[in-house]
Amino acid sequence: MEVKVLGPGCAKCKSTYKAVEKVISDNNLDVKLTKVEDIMEMMNYNIMTTPAVVVDEVVKIKGHVPSESEIKEALGI
Amino acid sequence: MIQDFADWLVYGIFGLSADSSLGTAVNFFFYDTIKILILLFFISILMGIINAYFPIERLRRYLQTHKMYGLQYLLAVIFGAITPFCSCSSIPLFIGFVKGGIPLGVTFAFLITSPLVNEVAVAMFLGSFGLRVTLIYVISGILLGVIGGFVLGRLRLTPYLSDWVKQIQANSSAQADEWEKDHTPFIKRLPTIVHDALGIVRGVLLYILIGIGIGAFMHGFVPEGFFEQYMAKDNWFAVPLSVILAVPMYANAAGIVPVIEVFVAKGIPIGTAIAFMMAVVGLSLPEATLLKKVMTWKLIGIFFGTVAFFIILSGYLFNFIL
Repeated sequence: MEVKVLGPGCAKCKSTYKAVEKVISDNNLDVKLTKVEDIMEMMNYNIMTTPAVVVDEVVKIKGHVPSESEIKEALGI
Repeated sequence: MIQDFADWLVYGIFGLSADSSLGTAVNFFFYDTIKILILLFFISILMGIINAYFPIERLRRYLQTHKMYGLQYLLAVIFGAITPFCSCSSIPLFIGFVKGGIPLGVTFAFLITSPLVNEVAVAMFLGSFGLRVTLIYVISGILLGVIGGFVLGRLRLTPYLSDWVKQIQANSSAQADEWEKDHTPFIKRLPTIVHDALGIVRGVLLYILIGIGIGAFMHGFVPEGFFEQYMAKDNWFAVPLSVILAVPMYANAAGIVPVIEVFVAKGIPIGTAIAFMMAVVGLSLPEATLLKKVMTWKLIGIFFGTVAFFIILSGYLFNFIL
């Protein structure tokens, strides 16, 4: 599974990245987690609000810092 | 009620005198902090609820599919006002609008009002100046977006967009993605909304404390009418000067309003204060650097210049009518 956190580097984006990272390590998931900070790349996902969480190229969460249960749901666990 | 609590705490428990400068300063600090935090929490929840049902994608779709005869500016601006604004979202929003074929003027209208009218600014104004001034602020923030957006829309600014944005605009399609309706029941959304509201309060808490701290100090120690001699109403250059001074200042609404409150209490005209406030939150250098990714400097200059012009105008207007 491949997970991307999209956000230009504001506080909300950073806490989203940390939250996703935590869920992945807590559950020992085999996930490739990357952070996308480049606006042009970000816009390919057609989002209008950041931060966003993309799982296998599908936008699952956008516009707010997700809770742990929300992240789990997006990751399908 | 909050005043009673602050009186009890400061004069009763701390044993400070109500007549001393220190006593009034500390009392002001506690009273304002508690009041503003409560207001901010509830306004954030309210905006969170509205947002859950009217996400920005819905606005874009609506703008694409309806002919609105000028009302689109107003709609974009009202949406800008209720959307919790995070400066880093301004670029994705801008591109999202351009991509959807929304006219540049309407996009600018949204961009002008979104940072000006937000939950933090409204809560701070309500707590510091009361309902009347808050309404004036919100309505002028909305009008500013509508008029500014309309004027900018007339100026044919497309050539001044960055090249890649021009490309996006050329490929834009009015055929928007279907707006996906989210059927999550309200009761399941509420925890997220409350969580977000707490996040907003936590995020600005430090600025509020610093701002109110400075305000409280000035409130207690700066004499009444102190600023009047420098920034009186008949001083015609006071408004433009405060707007120009405000642009390089990047304080969020949370930090700046309590200070402005005291400025007004000590003799600065309210119109000048509102103009200053709008310029601080609406026009900031960090925002300009972000916008550089989608616009040329010339366009950023035109954008800021137009907004500053209308802010100055409204400052004069308020000094005249209030």
